[in-house]
Amino acid sequence: MLFGFPLISLIIWLPIIFGLAVLILGDRDLKITRWLSLSGAVVGFLVALPLLSGFDTTISSMQFVEHISWFERLNVFYHLGVDGISMPLIILNCFTTPLVIIAGWEVIQRRVSQYMGAFLIMSGIVNGVFASLDAVLFYTFWEASLIPMFIIIGIWGGPNRVYAAIKFFLYTLMGSLLMLVALIYLYQTSDGSFSIEDYHRLPLPMTAQILIFLAFLIAFAVKVPMWPVHTWLPDAHVEAPTGGSVILAAILLKLGGYGFLRFSLPIAPDASHELATLMIVLSLIAVVYIGLVALMQQDMKKLIAYSSVSHMGFVTLGFFLFNSYGLEGAMVQMISHGFISGAMFLCVGVLYDRLHSRQIADYGGVVNKMPIFAAFFMLFAMANAGLPGTSGFVGEFMVIMGAIEVNFWYAFFAALTLILGASYTLWMYKRVIFGAVANAKVENLSDIGSREFLILAILAVAVLWLGLYPSPLTEVMHVSIDNLLEHVSRSKL
Amino acid sequence: MDFQAPDFAPANSEIFLLIMICVVMLADLFLGEKSRKLPFFLSLLALAGSALLTFMNFSEAPVLTFSGMFIDDILSDTLKLMIYPTVALVLIYSRSYLGARGLIRGEFFSLALFATLGMMVMVSASHLITLYLGLELLSLSLYAMVSLQRDSVIATEAATKFFVLGSLASGFLLYGMSMLYGATGSLHLVEMAGVIRSGVPDRAVLVVGLVFIVAGLSFKLSAVPFHMWAPDVYQGAPTAVTLFIGSAPKLAAFGFIMRLLVEGLGDMVADWQGMLVLLAVASMAVGNIAAIAQTNIKRMLAYSTISHMGFVLLGFVAAGVDGYSASMFYVSAYVLMTLGAFGVIMLLSREGFEADAISDFKGLNQRNPWLALIMMFVMLSMAGIPPMIGFYAKLSVLQAALAAGYLWVVVAAVMLSLIGAFYYLRIIKFMYFDESESVHPIKFASEVRLLISMNGLAVILLGMFPQMLMNFSLSAVLSGQ
Repeated sequence: MLFGFPLISLIIWLPIIFGLAVLILGDRDLKITRWLSLSGAVVGFLVALPLLSGFDTTISSMQFVEHISWFERLNVFYHLGVDGISMPLIILNCFTTPLVIIAGWEVIQRRVSQYMGAFLIMSGIVNGVFASLDAVLFYTFWEASLIPMFIIIGIWGGPNRVYAAIKFFLYTLMGSLLMLVALIYLYQTSDGSFSIEDYHRLPLPMTAQILIFLAFLIAFAVKVPMWPVHTWLPDAHVEAPTGGSVILAAILLKLGGYGFLRFSLPIAPDASHELATLMIVLSLIAVVYIGLVALMQQDMKKLIAYSSVSHMGFVTLGFFLFNSYGLEGAMVQMISHGFISGAMFLCVGVLYDRLHSRQIADYGGVVNKMPIFAAFFMLFAMANAGLPGTSGFVGEFMVIMGAIEVNFWYAFFAALTLILGASYTLWMYKRVIFGAVANAKVENLSDIGSREFLILAILAVAVLWLGLYPSPLTEVMHVSIDNLLEHVSRSKL
Repeated sequence: MDFQAPDFAPANSEIFLLIMICVVMLADLFLGEKSRKLPFFLSLLALAGSALLTFMNFSEAPVLTFSGMFIDDILSDTLKLMIYPTVALVLIYSRSYLGARGLIRGEFFSLALFATLGMMVMVSASHLITLYLGLELLSLSLYAMVSLQRDSVIATEAATKFFVLGSLASGFLLYGMSMLYGATGSLHLVEMAGVIRSGVPDRAVLVVGLVFIVAGLSFKLSAVPFHMWAPDVYQGAPTAVTLFIGSAPKLAAFGFIMRLLVEGLGDMVADWQGMLVLLAVASMAVGNIAAIAQTNIKRMLAYSTISHMGFVLLGFVAAGVDGYSASMFYVSAYVLMTLGAFGVIMLLSREGFEADAISDFKGLNQRNPWLALIMMFVMLSMAGIPPMIGFYAKLSVLQAALAAGYLWVVVAAVMLSLIGAFYYLRIIKFMYFDESESVHPIKFASEVRLLISMNGLAVILLGMFPQMLMNFSLSAVLSGQ
C-alpha cells in the first residue's frame, strides 16, 4: 500500500461518494452540479495516477491488496488488488469518465444531477469490478453496474429507449445468473472459499470445467458481446445518450473481456483448450459476418455498434490463441477500442446534437461547414479501420500475428477485417463528411466548440500515442500476461 | 390435589400484550369517536413493552413452561423481536391511509394486536395444540381485518375467500395433526420427535399425516398449488391490511415450519424434502410467470410473494443449519422489502384514490425522487440484484441448496428469478422513464418520511453488511435444533 492509503478503495468509493453528493445536491443550481461532477471525475482520475506510478511491472502477483472480512458466515472478504491485466482497464475507466461528464455538459438539460451522478457511481462500480478478488464482491459490482446504465438508457435515451433498456438489463442478467451458479459451485468444491485466486489453483475434473466454462461463457459472451448474443448491443447503443454509448462501448464491453482473463481461462484451462476452436470460430464469425452487417447500416450509431462487435471479436480471438501475441494483442485491442469507439460515438454525438439525426442519409458535405471536426473524425475513422500509426493497428496486427502461429486460415479470416473495417468506416465517413453540402440543415452547421475540441483532442492524443509508442502499456501487462499463459498451459485435471 | 402454578415468566411478553389489548379495546369503547389517537399510541406502547419484556427475558437456554406446551428459546425470542417492529411499522405506515378511509377504528388496532399475539404463541409453541391455537388466533384476526371495509364488495369477497380457504387449510392441518397423534401417541413436539426417532410401527400413517400438514402449511404460506387465495386477498383487502398479511405473519409461518417440520418431524426430513422441493419450484414458476401479466400492483406483489415463498421453502429443502438459517435470512429480507413496497403504495394513495394500478407509478421520479429511489431499491432487492439485501438472501439460499446437491433446482430458481426481474424492472420503468400523469403533490407526515427512508436504506445497507442478520438467523436456528 502506497503512502499507507487504501488506494483501490479510494478509486472505487471516491467517485461513488461524489456521485451521491451530486444526487443530493439536485438540480437547484446546474452550474454547481456540473462542476462538482467534473471535479469528482477528475479526482477519480487523479487518485488512479499514484496507483499507476506505484505499480511494480516486474511481478505478476496482485498489488495494493486490501483484505478485510466482509461477512464471515459465507467466508466472503472485501478483497481487492490489481495486476497487469486489471491495471490498464482501471486507468481507461478513470480516464473516460471525465470526458463523458464534459460531453454531457450542455447537451443534458433534463435531470442533470441524476445523469452526472449515475456516471460517477458507474465509474466507481466498474473500478470495483476490475479490482475485486473475491467472487461475491466481484459479482456485486458486476451486477450493480447494470443499474446506472439501465437508468441512463431509460431516461435520456431515444424514442425506443424502454425496449432497449430492459433488453440490455435482462440479457446481461441472464448471463450473470448462470455465472452465479458456477461461482456457488466453485465455493462448494473449494471447501467454502470465494477467493478468485483460490479458484485459480483449484483442480477440477473435465466435466466440471466444461460446465463452469460454459456458465462463464454465457455471462461474458453476452457482455463482450460475441456473436450470436450480441443483439442487445445495437439496440442499447442506438437508444442510449452519447455519454451512455461511450461508457457502454469503451468500458462495459471490457468487463466481458476481463472476465475471460480473470475467470474462464485460469479457472478452467483444460476446458478452454478443449473449446478453443469453438471460441475462435465464434470470434471469426463476429469479425467477418458482423463486419458485413456493419457495411449495410443506415444509422451511424448502429454502424459503430456493429463495428464494436466486430472489433471485440478480435479480442476473444486473441484470448483463445494461447500465445503471447494473441493475448497481449487482445489486451491492447481492448484499450485501443476503448479510446476509438468512445471517440467515434462522441463524434456522432457532436453531429446528433446539431441535427438530431443519426441517419447517414441526412448528412453530406459536413466538411465544408465543420473542417476541424472533420479532421478529428477522419483520424478516429482511420484508427477504427486499423491504420498503422493509430492504436487500432497495434492490437489487430498483434492478434493476426498470433493467429498465424496457430493456423493460417484463422489469420486469413481475421485479416479480412482490414478490408471490411476500412470499407464500412470510410464509406460512412465519405457519405457523411465529403461531397457537396447536402441540405439546408447541414448548411447551418457550426464547427465544434472549445469543450468538444478538448475532449476530441485528448482522445486523439491517446489514440496516436498508443499507436506510435505502445510499450508503456504492454510493459504494464507483460509479466501478468506471461504468468497467465504459463498458468493456462498447465493442466488442472 | 396438588396444584402447582406454572412459571409465567417465559410468557410474560404475551401476557403483557394480552392485557394491553384489553386496555386498547376498553379505551376505544369509552372514548369512541372522540379520540383516534389513543388506541394508536397505546398499541405502539404495547408493542414496545412486549419488546422490552422479550428482550429482558432473552434466554440463551430453552425454557419450557405450562406443562411443556410453551417454549422460550433463542428462535422464539429472535422471531418475536422481529415481529414487534414489523407490526409497529405497519401501524405507523397505515395510520393516515386508514384515517382517509374512515377505517381507523379501535378494532383495527385490537385485531392487529391479537394477530401479533397469535404469531407470538405460534413461534413459542412446543405442542401441537399451542401451535394450532396460535395459528387460529392469527388467522381469525386476519379474516376480520380483511373485511374491515364493510361496504367494499371486493374486500368482502376477498374476506370470504380467505376465510373459506383458510378454514379448509386449518382443517387439513388438524387432520394431519390427529394422524401424527395417532401414530406417535403424543402432542408434544419433542416427545413426538423422540418416538419417531426410535422407530414407529406404522410409518404410512405418519406420512399421510405429513402430507396433510404440508398441504395446510402451504395454504398458509401461499405456496403453489395452494396459492389461489393470495392474489384476491392481496388485491381486495385495504392496502394497510395487505401489508399486515404480507409481512409479519410470514415470520411466524417460518417459526411454525421450524417447530413442526424441523423440531417435531425432523427425522422425516427425507419425506418432506421431496414434497417441499416440488412446492418450491412450482411456487417460483407460477409466481414469477403470473406476475408479469398483472396490472394491479397489489396483485403483482401477491404473485411476487408466492415466488419468494418458493425461495423460503427452498431453504428448508436444503435442510441443515445452513438451509434453515438461509431461509430465515430470506424471510427477514422479504419482510423488509414488503414493508418498503407497500409503504410506498400507501403513501401514494390519498383520500378517495388507491394507488394500486402499476401505471399510478408513472413519473414518480419527477414527483418525488426520494420516494422513487426507495421504491427502486426495494424492487431491485426483490429482483435479487446486488448490493441490495434480496441478493444476499438469494445467495445464501442457493448456496445451501447447491450444497445439498440440488443443482438443477438451483438453475431453475435463477432462471425463474430472471423472469421475475422483468416485472420489477417494469415498475422502475414506470417510475423513471415515463412522464407523470398526476399532479397531486405527495404529502406525508415527517415521522413516516423518516421511517420509510430508513426502511429503504436498510434494504441497501443491510445488503452491504449482511453479517449481522445472518448471525441472528444462525443463532436462532441453532437453538431450535
